[in-house]
Amino acid sequence: MAAVEEVRDAMYKMVSGSAGQKKWKATDLHKACIELFGDDYNKRKEGKEAIKELVNSGKLVYTYFGGSFIEVPRVEGAAND
Amino acid sequence: MAVDKKYETPMLDQLETGPWPSFVKEIKAAGEENPMANDLIGLLEQSYTERLGHWKHGGIVGVMGYGGGVIGRYSDLPEKYPAVSHFHTIRVNQPAGWYYTADVLHKLCDIWDKHGSGLTNMHGSTGDMVLLGCTTPDLEPVFSELTELGFDLGGSGSDVRTPSCCCGQSRCEWACYDTMGLTHFITQKFQDELHRPAFPYKMKFKMSGCPNDCVASIARSDISIIGTWRDEIQINQEEVRNYSKNGVNIVKEIAVLCPGKCIDWDGNEIKIDDSSCRHCMHCINVMPKGLAPGKDRGAVVLMGAKAPIVEGALLSSVIIPFMKIEEPYDDMEFWEVIEEMWDVWCDNGKARERIGEFIQRVGLGNFLDEVGLEPVAEMVAHPRDNPYIFYEDYLEEEDEDE
Ligand code: SF4
Ligand code: SF4
Repeated sequence: MAAVEEVRDAMYKMVSGSAGQKKWKATDLHKACIELFGDDYNKRKEGKEAIKELVNSGKLVYTYFGGSFIEVPRVEGAAND
Repeated sequence: MAVDKKYETPMLDQLETGPWPSFVKEIKAAGEENPMANDLIGLLEQSYTERLGHWKHGGIVGVMGYGGGVIGRYSDLPEKYPAVSHFHTIRVNQPAGWYYTADVLHKLCDIWDKHGSGLTNMHGSTGDMVLLGCTTPDLEPVFSELTELGFDLGGSGSDVRTPSCCCGQSRCEWACYDTMGLTHFITQKFQDELHRPAFPYKMKFKMSGCPNDCVASIARSDISIIGTWRDEIQINQEEVRNYSKNGVNIVKEIAVLCPGKCIDWDGNEIKIDDSSCRHCMHCINVMPKGLAPGKDRGAVVLMGAKAPIVEGALLSSVIIPFMKIEEPYDDMEFWEVIEEMWDVWCDNGKARERIGEFIQRVGLGNFLDEVGLEPVAEMVAHPRDNPYIFYEDYLEEEDEDE
């Protein structure tokens, strides 16, 4: 089993490293982590937990643009003051 | 606090003149006290006049830790209508069966008058209470006061949407299982999936206690759990005779309309061939004192309905013809099947592809194969009319013969 911290850090790197270029869905993150951690990775356990920690800590946020994505927090262009 | 600013609304006024209750009348009433509701009237009138919407989509607003429950909206005329510059919608998870006390409704309205436009939609099509019009800074305070009152946000985006059900055994003698109990359990079991979107698109559960399907789950949910029975319809011959005496034409109004053509009435006794019964509820609905669902009750699970958005509307298809629904719910094998299905859909579904559309694209046979469910006759909507269909086993046998 991959450690939650390891998965969390890897996910954060993926999302923040491609901010503005790629929008990640939870399913994309799980697929990328399977590539990275192989059979050690369980999306229902450490996968879910890592996303929960990242979002609860505010390092990443959920967004909705025709589907739900996970992104680094940012100010949206459409937002009014 | 009385609102002084007033808008001329000749277009909206017309919507108050018909015989039906008017949302304009309600918004105007709210606008007497609430500046957001008042500015909404001005903005709507302008939209109607110009035939142009003035809302912008907000994709990032929400409450900390949640990926659903708030639908962001901004106006593109913030200077002209400052009170509706932010006008986010909050979905609140309704109690199973939509039961409230008057006291709780008062408290909900107080929260909403304090932080929002005071306008609500009871209820949205998914079933949630919908609180219309909130600013970004007010989202967290509303959330915190709602949770203090015992409420949570509902779903939105690519998550499990707020599960909903008919009133079931709380009021209806036809309920074949405890819809409210199961709905509450599903809401608790899938809290993570409800608040943290993890799917290609939305995933709705709806529970109906019998095939009358009062929440229209067969048309409106990805997973429909509809109460049914697998033994014989219960008959009270005396009461059936009373219906006949009191003017019900059992042949014309019931037997002829029975889709299974399995009812026989000789003027004194009704006979039902239960092996051909389609469980449509028609005969039971017409003679509720004379007939009732059987005693061996449970539910059929269907999958894949959706309203028309990109593609056309879909009704759901049978996945599990019958299962018992009994406590402890957590022991039901069903949850493993659900998680298997979600895995297959998540691994292979396209963005914004509902599970029903996914099943249509890959074919029900392939989907069942992946999930590990055996195909059964109840999954077939109608007999095949194309003779050029071959089954794998059949082909293999033929190959071996050659
Ligand atoms: S779906 Fe059936 S059980 Fe539920 S309220 Fe309607 S008639 Fe009653
Ligand atoms: S439930 Fe429907 S199919 Fe079954 S006997 Fe009654 S009318 Fe016929």
